Amino acid sequence: MEALSQLIQQAPVDPDEAKNTNAAIGAGFAYGIAAIGPGIGIGYLVGKSVEAMARQPEAAGMVRTTMFLGIAFTEALALIGFVVFILLKFA
Amino acid sequence: MFGLEFPPINAILRWKDLFPTFNKIALIAVAAALIGIIIFLLAGNRDGTKPPRGVRNLAEIIVEFIEDQIVMPTMGRAGLRWTPFLISLFVFILLCNIPGVLPILQMPATARIAIPLSLSLLVWAIFILVGLRHQGLGYFGHLAWPPGVPTALKPLVGVIELLSTIIIRPFSLTVRLMANMMAGHILLVTFALLTESLVQAETNRFILAPMGILPFAMLLFLTAFEILVAFLQAYIFAILTGVYIGTSMEGHGGDEDVIPDMSEAGKHAEPDRAYAH
Repeated sequence: MEALSQLIQQAPVDPDEAKNTNAAIGAGFAYGIAAIGPGIGIGYLVGKSVEAMARQPEAAGMVRTTMFLGIAFTEALALIGFVVFILLKFA
Repeated sequence: MFGLEFPPINAILRWKDLFPTFNKIALIAVAAALIGIIIFLLAGNRDGTKPPRGVRNLAEIIVEFIEDQIVMPTMGRAGLRWTPFLISLFVFILLCNIPGVLPILQMPATARIAIPLSLSLLVWAIFILVGLRHQGLGYFGHLAWPPGVPTALKPLVGVIELLSTIIIRPFSLTVRLMANMMAGHILLVTFALLTESLVQAETNRFILAPMGILPFAMLLFLTAFEILVAFLQAYIFAILTGVYIGTSMEGHGGDEDVIPDMSEAGKHAEPDRAYAH
Protein backbone atom coordinates (compact mmCIF):
# COMPACT_ATOMS: atom_id res chain seq x y z
CA MET A 1 0.00 0.00 0.00
CA GLU A 2 2.86 2.29 0.87
CA ALA A 3 4.60 1.45 -2.38
CA LEU A 4 1.42 2.26 -4.24
CA SER A 5 1.07 5.67 -2.63
CA GLN A 6 4.71 6.35 -3.44
CA LEU A 7 4.00 5.42 -7.03
CA ILE A 8 1.10 7.80 -7.12
CA GLN A 9 3.24 10.58 -5.69
CA GLN A 10 5.85 9.93 -8.32
CA ALA A 11 3.25 9.97 -11.09
CA PRO A 12 4.07 12.51 -13.78
CA VAL A 13 2.73 15.96 -13.02
CA ASP A 14 3.74 17.44 -16.34
CA PRO A 15 0.35 18.02 -18.08
CA ASP A 16 1.73 17.06 -21.47
CA GLU A 17 3.00 13.76 -20.16
CA ALA A 18 -0.23 13.12 -18.25
CA LYS A 19 -2.13 13.67 -21.48
CA ASN A 20 0.11 11.21 -23.30
CA THR A 21 -0.34 8.63 -20.56
CA ASN A 22 -4.11 8.99 -20.65
CA ALA A 23 -4.08 8.78 -24.44
CA ALA A 24 -2.02 5.60 -24.32
CA ILE A 25 -4.40 4.01 -21.79
CA GLY A 26 -7.41 5.12 -23.81
CA ALA A 27 -5.85 3.79 -26.98
CA GLY A 28 -5.29 0.38 -25.45
CA PHE A 29 -8.88 0.19 -24.23
CA ALA A 30 -10.24 1.49 -27.55
CA TYR A 31 -8.73 -1.30 -29.55
CA GLY A 32 -9.20 -3.97 -26.92
CA ILE A 33 -12.91 -3.32 -26.52
CA ALA A 34 -13.46 -2.79 -30.24
CA ALA A 35 -12.01 -6.21 -30.92
CA ILE A 36 -14.46 -8.12 -28.69
CA GLY A 37 -17.61 -7.78 -30.78
CA PRO A 38 -16.11 -8.51 -34.18
CA GLY A 39 -14.16 -11.40 -32.65
CA ILE A 40 -17.36 -13.07 -31.48
CA GLY A 41 -19.10 -12.15 -34.72
CA ILE A 42 -16.45 -13.54 -37.04
CA GLY A 43 -16.14 -16.72 -35.00
CA TYR A 44 -19.87 -17.29 -35.16
CA LEU A 45 -20.01 -16.43 -38.86
CA VAL A 46 -17.17 -18.72 -39.92
CA GLY A 47 -18.42 -21.52 -37.69
CA LYS A 48 -21.86 -21.38 -39.27
CA SER A 49 -20.29 -21.21 -42.75
CA VAL A 50 -18.25 -24.34 -42.07
CA GLU A 51 -21.41 -26.05 -40.85
CA ALA A 52 -23.19 -25.04 -44.04
CA MET A 53 -20.32 -26.22 -46.22
CA ALA A 54 -20.14 -29.55 -44.43
CA ARG A 55 -23.87 -30.02 -44.79
CA GLN A 56 -23.95 -29.10 -48.44
CA PRO A 57 -20.52 -29.24 -50.06
CA GLU A 58 -21.86 -28.37 -53.52
CA ALA A 59 -22.89 -24.93 -52.23
CA ALA A 60 -19.40 -24.33 -50.79
CA GLY A 61 -18.45 -21.73 -53.40
CA MET A 62 -21.44 -19.52 -52.72
CA VAL A 63 -21.14 -19.94 -48.96
CA ARG A 64 -17.48 -18.95 -49.13
CA THR A 65 -18.22 -15.80 -51.12
CA THR A 66 -20.97 -14.80 -48.73
CA MET A 67 -18.74 -15.60 -45.78
CA PHE A 68 -16.01 -13.27 -47.00
CA LEU A 69 -18.59 -10.53 -47.51
CA GLY A 70 -19.86 -11.02 -43.97
CA ILE A 71 -16.33 -11.04 -42.58
CA ALA A 72 -15.59 -7.81 -44.42
CA PHE A 73 -18.58 -6.05 -42.85
CA THR A 74 -17.99 -7.45 -39.37
CA GLU A 75 -14.29 -6.72 -39.41
CA ALA A 76 -14.83 -3.08 -40.32
CA LEU A 77 -15.83 -2.34 -36.71
CA ALA A 78 -12.59 -3.73 -35.32
CA LEU A 79 -10.66 -1.77 -37.92
CA ILE A 80 -12.39 1.46 -36.98
CA GLY A 81 -11.30 0.69 -33.42
CA PHE A 82 -7.78 0.26 -34.71
CA VAL A 83 -7.91 3.63 -36.46
CA VAL A 84 -9.07 5.22 -33.19
CA PHE A 85 -6.13 3.53 -31.49
CA ILE A 86 -3.71 5.03 -34.02
CA LEU A 87 -5.32 8.46 -33.68
CA LEU A 88 -5.15 8.41 -29.87
CA LYS A 89 -1.68 6.97 -29.68
CA PHE A 90 0.11 8.98 -32.30
CA ALA A 91 -1.94 11.98 -33.34
CA MET B 1 9.42 0.57 -21.27
CA PHE B 2 10.77 -2.88 -22.13
CA GLY B 3 13.85 -1.52 -23.82
CA LEU B 4 11.86 -1.44 -27.02
CA GLU B 5 12.26 1.81 -28.90
CA PHE B 6 9.17 2.07 -31.03
CA PRO B 7 9.75 4.67 -33.73
CA PRO B 8 7.25 7.53 -34.12
CA ILE B 9 4.44 6.78 -36.51
CA ASN B 10 5.84 9.09 -39.15
CA ALA B 11 9.06 7.13 -39.29
CA ILE B 12 7.03 4.03 -40.16
CA LEU B 13 4.48 5.48 -42.52
CA ARG B 14 6.02 8.60 -44.02
CA TRP B 15 8.89 8.21 -46.38
CA LYS B 16 11.25 10.84 -47.68
CA ASP B 17 10.40 12.30 -51.04
CA LEU B 18 12.50 10.90 -53.84
CA PHE B 19 12.10 14.28 -55.44
CA PRO B 20 9.52 16.95 -54.55
CA THR B 21 5.92 15.66 -54.44
CA PHE B 22 6.98 12.12 -55.41
CA ASN B 23 7.66 9.70 -52.56
CA LYS B 24 8.00 5.94 -52.50
CA ILE B 25 4.27 5.43 -52.02
CA ALA B 26 3.71 7.14 -55.34
CA LEU B 27 6.54 5.10 -56.82
CA ILE B 28 4.88 1.85 -55.69
CA ALA B 29 1.50 2.99 -57.03
CA VAL B 30 2.97 3.91 -60.42
CA ALA B 31 4.89 0.65 -60.54
CA ALA B 32 1.73 -1.31 -59.67
CA ALA B 33 -0.22 0.39 -62.45
CA LEU B 34 2.58 -0.15 -64.99
CA ILE B 35 3.12 -3.82 -64.06
CA GLY B 36 -0.60 -4.50 -64.36
CA ILE B 37 -0.78 -2.78 -67.73
CA ILE B 38 2.30 -4.60 -69.01
CA ILE B 39 1.02 -8.04 -67.93
CA PHE B 40 -2.24 -7.59 -69.80
CA LEU B 41 -0.65 -5.93 -72.86
CA LEU B 42 1.80 -8.82 -73.20
CA ALA B 43 -1.02 -11.32 -72.75
CA GLY B 44 -3.26 -9.53 -75.22
CA ASN B 45 -0.72 -9.62 -78.05
CA ARG B 46 -0.63 -13.40 -78.24
CA ASP B 47 -2.18 -15.30 -81.11
CA GLY B 48 -5.48 -16.75 -79.91
CA THR B 49 -5.21 -19.94 -81.98
CA LYS B 50 -2.14 -21.29 -80.17
CA PRO B 51 -2.30 -22.78 -76.67
CA PRO B 52 -1.67 -20.09 -74.06
CA ARG B 53 1.73 -19.90 -72.42
CA GLY B 54 3.77 -17.57 -70.25
CA VAL B 55 2.11 -14.34 -69.19
CA ARG B 56 -1.05 -15.29 -71.02
CA ASN B 57 -1.65 -18.11 -68.53
CA LEU B 58 -1.40 -15.69 -65.64
CA ALA B 59 -3.77 -13.24 -67.28
CA GLU B 60 -6.27 -15.99 -68.04
CA ILE B 61 -6.18 -17.19 -64.44
CA ILE B 62 -6.90 -13.65 -63.25
CA VAL B 63 -9.72 -13.09 -65.74
CA GLU B 64 -11.36 -16.43 -64.93
CA PHE B 65 -11.02 -15.84 -61.21
CA ILE B 66 -12.70 -12.43 -61.47
CA GLU B 67 -15.47 -13.75 -63.70
CA ASP B 68 -16.28 -16.86 -61.68
CA GLN B 69 -15.68 -15.64 -58.15
CA ILE B 70 -16.64 -11.99 -58.30
CA VAL B 71 -18.77 -11.02 -61.29
CA MET B 72 -21.07 -14.03 -61.59
CA PRO B 73 -22.05 -14.36 -57.90
CA THR B 74 -22.65 -10.63 -57.43
CA MET B 75 -23.97 -9.25 -60.71
CA GLY B 76 -24.85 -12.25 -62.80
CA ARG B 77 -24.61 -12.34 -66.57
CA ALA B 78 -25.58 -8.68 -66.99
CA GLY B 79 -22.50 -7.65 -65.04
CA LEU B 80 -19.98 -9.31 -67.34
CA ARG B 81 -19.20 -6.00 -68.99
CA TRP B 82 -17.90 -4.75 -65.65
CA THR B 83 -15.23 -7.46 -65.65
CA PRO B 84 -12.44 -5.23 -67.07
CA PHE B 85 -13.08 -2.60 -64.42
CA LEU B 86 -13.03 -5.16 -61.61
CA ILE B 87 -9.90 -6.78 -63.03
CA SER B 88 -8.06 -3.47 -63.04
CA LEU B 89 -9.24 -2.70 -59.49
CA PHE B 90 -8.20 -6.13 -58.25
CA VAL B 91 -4.80 -6.19 -59.94
CA PHE B 92 -3.95 -2.63 -58.96
CA ILE B 93 -4.87 -3.13 -55.29
CA LEU B 94 -3.09 -6.47 -55.12
CA LEU B 95 0.08 -5.00 -56.61
CA CYS B 96 -0.15 -2.06 -54.22
CA ASN B 97 -0.57 -4.42 -51.23
CA ILE B 98 2.15 -6.91 -52.05
CA PRO B 99 5.10 -4.49 -51.51
CA GLY B 100 4.18 -4.68 -47.81
CA VAL B 101 6.12 -7.95 -47.64
CA LEU B 102 8.69 -7.39 -50.39
CA PRO B 103 12.15 -6.73 -48.96
CA ILE B 104 13.57 -3.21 -49.51
CA LEU B 105 10.18 -1.73 -50.40
CA GLN B 106 8.31 -3.08 -47.34
CA MET B 107 5.48 -0.62 -47.42
CA PRO B 108 2.03 -1.35 -48.77
CA ALA B 109 1.01 1.66 -50.84
CA THR B 110 -2.57 1.20 -49.65
CA ALA B 111 -1.55 1.76 -46.01
CA ARG B 112 -1.76 5.50 -46.63
CA ILE B 113 -5.27 6.77 -47.09
CA ALA B 114 -4.77 8.46 -50.48
CA ILE B 115 -5.06 5.39 -52.69
CA PRO B 116 -7.95 3.62 -50.89
CA LEU B 117 -9.84 6.91 -50.65
CA SER B 118 -9.55 7.78 -54.31
CA LEU B 119 -10.42 4.23 -55.35
CA SER B 120 -13.50 4.10 -53.17
CA LEU B 121 -14.65 7.56 -54.27
CA LEU B 122 -14.37 6.26 -57.83
CA VAL B 123 -16.46 3.20 -56.91
CA TRP B 124 -18.95 5.45 -55.09
CA ALA B 125 -19.42 7.69 -58.13
CA ILE B 126 -19.75 4.67 -60.41
CA PHE B 127 -22.40 2.83 -58.41
CA ILE B 128 -24.50 5.97 -58.02
CA LEU B 129 -24.21 6.75 -61.75
CA VAL B 130 -25.09 3.16 -62.64
CA GLY B 131 -28.13 3.38 -60.39
CA LEU B 132 -29.23 6.64 -61.98
CA ARG B 133 -28.72 5.21 -65.45
CA HIS B 134 -30.64 1.99 -64.83
CA GLN B 135 -33.47 3.38 -62.70
CA GLY B 136 -33.52 7.12 -63.32
CA LEU B 137 -34.20 9.42 -60.40
CA GLY B 138 -36.29 6.69 -58.78
CA TYR B 139 -32.96 5.18 -57.77
CA PHE B 140 -32.82 7.35 -54.68
CA GLY B 141 -36.31 6.25 -53.73
CA HIS B 142 -35.31 2.61 -54.08
CA LEU B 143 -32.21 3.36 -52.05
CA ALA B 144 -34.15 4.91 -49.20
CA TRP B 145 -37.03 2.43 -49.01
CA PRO B 146 -36.44 -1.23 -49.77
CA PRO B 147 -39.68 -2.94 -50.80
CA GLY B 148 -42.02 -3.88 -47.97
CA VAL B 149 -41.24 -1.14 -45.46
CA PRO B 150 -44.31 -0.14 -43.42
CA THR B 151 -45.33 3.49 -43.94
CA ALA B 152 -44.90 4.36 -40.29
CA LEU B 153 -41.24 3.40 -40.43
CA LYS B 154 -40.46 5.16 -43.70
CA PRO B 155 -38.83 8.34 -42.32
CA LEU B 156 -36.54 6.37 -40.00
CA VAL B 157 -35.64 3.68 -42.53
CA GLY B 158 -35.09 6.29 -45.25
CA VAL B 159 -32.57 8.23 -43.19
CA ILE B 160 -30.70 5.10 -42.12
CA GLU B 161 -30.60 3.60 -45.59
CA LEU B 162 -29.49 6.81 -47.29
CA LEU B 163 -26.77 7.34 -44.69
CA SER B 164 -25.55 3.77 -44.94
CA THR B 165 -25.40 3.85 -48.72
CA ILE B 166 -24.16 7.33 -49.45
CA ILE B 167 -21.77 7.87 -46.54
CA ILE B 168 -20.97 4.62 -44.75
CA ARG B 169 -20.28 2.58 -47.89
CA PRO B 170 -17.37 4.65 -49.21
CA PHE B 171 -16.11 5.26 -45.68
CA SER B 172 -15.99 1.60 -44.72
CA LEU B 173 -14.55 0.65 -48.11
CA THR B 174 -11.70 3.11 -47.55
CA VAL B 175 -11.06 2.35 -43.90
CA ARG B 176 -11.23 -1.41 -44.37
CA LEU B 177 -8.46 -1.45 -46.94
CA MET B 178 -6.31 1.20 -45.29
CA ALA B 179 -6.57 -0.09 -41.73
CA ASN B 180 -5.99 -3.70 -42.72
CA MET B 181 -2.80 -2.89 -44.55
CA MET B 182 -1.59 -0.44 -41.92
CA ALA B 183 -2.31 -2.89 -39.10
CA GLY B 184 -0.33 -5.57 -40.90
CA HIS B 185 2.51 -3.18 -41.54
CA ILE B 186 2.71 -2.07 -37.91
CA LEU B 187 2.51 -5.70 -36.75
CA LEU B 188 5.49 -6.58 -38.94
CA VAL B 189 7.42 -3.54 -37.66
CA THR B 190 6.68 -4.50 -34.04
CA PHE B 191 7.96 -8.04 -34.35
CA ALA B 192 11.00 -7.01 -36.39
CA LEU B 193 11.89 -4.46 -33.68
CA LEU B 194 11.33 -7.03 -30.94
CA THR B 195 13.65 -9.48 -32.67
CA GLU B 196 16.28 -6.81 -33.15
CA SER B 197 16.19 -5.57 -29.58
CA LEU B 198 16.35 -9.10 -28.16
CA VAL B 199 19.25 -10.18 -30.35
CA GLN B 200 21.16 -6.99 -29.57
CA ALA B 201 20.27 -6.92 -25.86
CA GLU B 202 23.07 -5.55 -23.67
CA THR B 203 22.08 -7.10 -20.33
CA ASN B 204 21.56 -10.87 -19.91
CA ARG B 205 22.90 -11.44 -23.39
CA PHE B 206 23.04 -15.21 -23.19
CA ILE B 207 19.41 -15.59 -22.22
CA LEU B 208 17.89 -12.85 -24.32
CA ALA B 209 19.74 -13.33 -27.59
CA PRO B 210 18.48 -16.89 -28.21
CA MET B 211 15.00 -15.76 -27.20
CA GLY B 212 15.06 -13.57 -30.30
CA ILE B 213 14.15 -16.65 -32.31
CA LEU B 214 10.57 -16.53 -30.95
CA PRO B 215 9.54 -13.13 -32.36
CA PHE B 216 11.47 -14.00 -35.50
CA ALA B 217 9.34 -17.12 -36.01
CA MET B 218 6.25 -14.98 -35.44
CA LEU B 219 7.61 -12.50 -38.00
CA LEU B 220 7.93 -15.24 -40.61
CA PHE B 221 4.42 -16.46 -39.87
CA LEU B 222 3.02 -12.93 -40.07
CA THR B 223 4.78 -12.34 -43.39
CA ALA B 224 2.98 -15.35 -44.84
CA PHE B 225 -0.23 -14.09 -43.25
CA GLU B 226 0.27 -10.66 -44.81
CA ILE B 227 0.51 -12.20 -48.28
CA LEU B 228 -2.88 -13.80 -47.62
CA VAL B 229 -4.28 -10.49 -46.33
CA ALA B 230 -2.95 -8.60 -49.35
CA PHE B 231 -4.81 -10.99 -51.62
CA LEU B 232 -7.93 -11.10 -49.46
CA GLN B 233 -8.27 -7.33 -49.24
CA ALA B 234 -7.96 -6.93 -53.00
CA TYR B 235 -10.60 -9.65 -53.39
CA ILE B 236 -12.93 -8.07 -50.84
CA PHE B 237 -12.60 -4.61 -52.38
CA ALA B 238 -13.42 -6.03 -55.80
CA ILE B 239 -16.33 -8.17 -54.59
CA LEU B 240 -17.87 -5.29 -52.64
CA THR B 241 -17.60 -3.12 -55.73
CA GLY B 242 -19.40 -5.91 -57.56
CA VAL B 243 -22.14 -6.06 -54.92
CA TYR B 244 -22.64 -2.29 -54.93
CA ILE B 245 -22.83 -2.04 -58.72
CA GLY B 246 -25.00 -5.15 -58.81
CA THR B 247 -27.56 -3.74 -56.37
CA SER B 248 -27.60 -0.47 -58.32
CA MET B 249 -28.40 -2.39 -61.48
CA GLU B 250 -31.05 -4.64 -60.01
CA GLY B 251 -33.01 -1.99 -58.22
CA HIS B 252 -33.68 -3.51 -54.83
CA GLY B 253 -30.87 -1.33 -53.55
CA GLY B 254 -30.67 -1.03 -49.85
CA ASP B 255 -28.72 -2.50 -47.07
CA GLU B 256 -25.12 -3.49 -47.48
CA ASP B 257 -25.76 -7.07 -46.66
CA VAL B 258 -28.08 -7.77 -49.53
CA ILE B 259 -26.59 -10.91 -51.02
CA PRO B 260 -27.77 -11.37 -54.59
CA ASP B 261 -27.93 -14.69 -56.41
CA MET B 262 -29.58 -16.47 -53.51
CA SER B 263 -32.46 -17.61 -55.70
CA GLU B 264 -30.23 -19.16 -58.33
CA ALA B 265 -28.16 -21.00 -55.76
CA GLY B 266 -31.34 -22.23 -54.12
CA LYS B 267 -32.49 -23.70 -57.42
CA HIS B 268 -29.12 -25.32 -57.77
CA ALA B 269 -29.23 -26.93 -54.39
CA GLU B 270 -32.82 -28.16 -54.39
CA PRO B 271 -32.49 -31.54 -56.19
CA ASP B 272 -29.40 -32.47 -54.21
CA ARG B 273 -31.10 -31.74 -50.93
CA ALA B 274 -33.98 -34.00 -51.89
CA TYR B 275 -31.46 -36.66 -52.80
CA ALA B 276 -29.49 -36.35 -49.59
CA HIS B 277 -32.42 -36.88 -47.25
